[in-house]
Amino acid sequence: MTDKHDLTPLWEVFIRPRNGLHHRHVGSLHAADSALALQSARDVYTRRGEGNSIWVVRSSDIAASDPSFAEPNFEPADDKIYRHPTFYDIPDEVGHM
Amino acid sequence: MAAAVASAEDAVLRAILEIADDGLILGHRLSEWCGHAPMLEEELALANMGLDLLGQARALYAHAGALEGKGRTEDDFAFLRRERDYVNCLLVERDNRDFAHTMLRQLYFAAFMQPFWHATVQTSSDETLRGIAAKADKEMSYHLRHSGEWVIRMGDGTEESAARMADAVNELHRYTGELFMVSPARQQAIAAGLLPDPESLRDEWDETIATVFRAAKLELPEIRTMQKGGRDGIHGEDMGHLLAELQFMQRAYPGQTW
Repeated sequence: MTDKHDLTPLWEVFIRPRNGLHHRHVGSLHAADSALALQSARDVYTRRGEGNSIWVVRSSDIAASDPSFAEPNFEPADDKIYRHPTFYDIPDEVGHM
Repeated sequence: MAAAVASAEDAVLRAILEIADDGLILGHRLSEWCGHAPMLEEELALANMGLDLLGQARALYAHAGALEGKGRTEDDFAFLRRERDYVNCLLVERDNRDFAHTMLRQLYFAAFMQPFWHATVQTSSDETLRGIAAKADKEMSYHLRHSGEWVIRMGDGTEESAARMADAVNELHRYTGELFMVSPARQQAIAAGLLPDPESLRDEWDETIATVFRAAKLELPEIRTMQKGGRDGIHGEDMGHLLAELQFMQRAYPGQTW
């Protein structure tokens, strides 16, 4: 018999809470295909009015960075504080940015 | 009983109880899956659908109680009637059996109730019913989509799922005729413009079921005699067991609240 998880692979779920905001990753679930994954995502992740749009992506379709390569990837940015836009004085008239 | 329908008020009350009981009993059946569903995602989906139906039933019982004007509450209708006083159709009380039976039962019911509520929103002369219907229309539209997708996947799935689906069709199709049967009470409610005539929904139901069955590679069985009796309070053996569990708390501890 086929393994249950071959029939229902893992999907990553993204929800957009409101128009104008972006979709955010909220979790994952098992489903046979994209139509059922969307329905399950609706049942599992939008029970309390969390959103108005859902994306699902097969987990296996996501290319992820290698955790063991985290230091070479990310540490070189640590000492380049001039890349943060914190050296500007924002005039009061501009308001909230 | 049909003969006991004396006044127009009684008829309307009775007609509303028919659809309220459908929701309560099917909602209870779905709740029986709690802790037993084949996967967590479906556990939530089944409970969600059960709660939708329970919510519809509550609103309808409250409306029925207000129309009756004798102080009966939704709890009185749900928990304190005898088996013969429940007028749900037989389809909704059929046991869960397996996931195929459960999803097919949901498909048969939702394929009828979604257009039923949709027509009620458009045409009912009762403002409260229109309000209940507007919410229920959206809920049943989801039930229809969800159960339809599953019936297609199981019917056109593995050897085992296809066999279970075919088994469910053979078992349950004979209970679909009662969805369209009109009791004398219902006839009065239809004539009064409160509820849509089921006959006007038949083409849409046939079309929905035919479309799903085609995709699911399922065959429509030829049924000579449709089962009936629920609308007259004549239920199957399973109903007593269902009510025993549904009513236990209120029977054992009258007036108990959370």
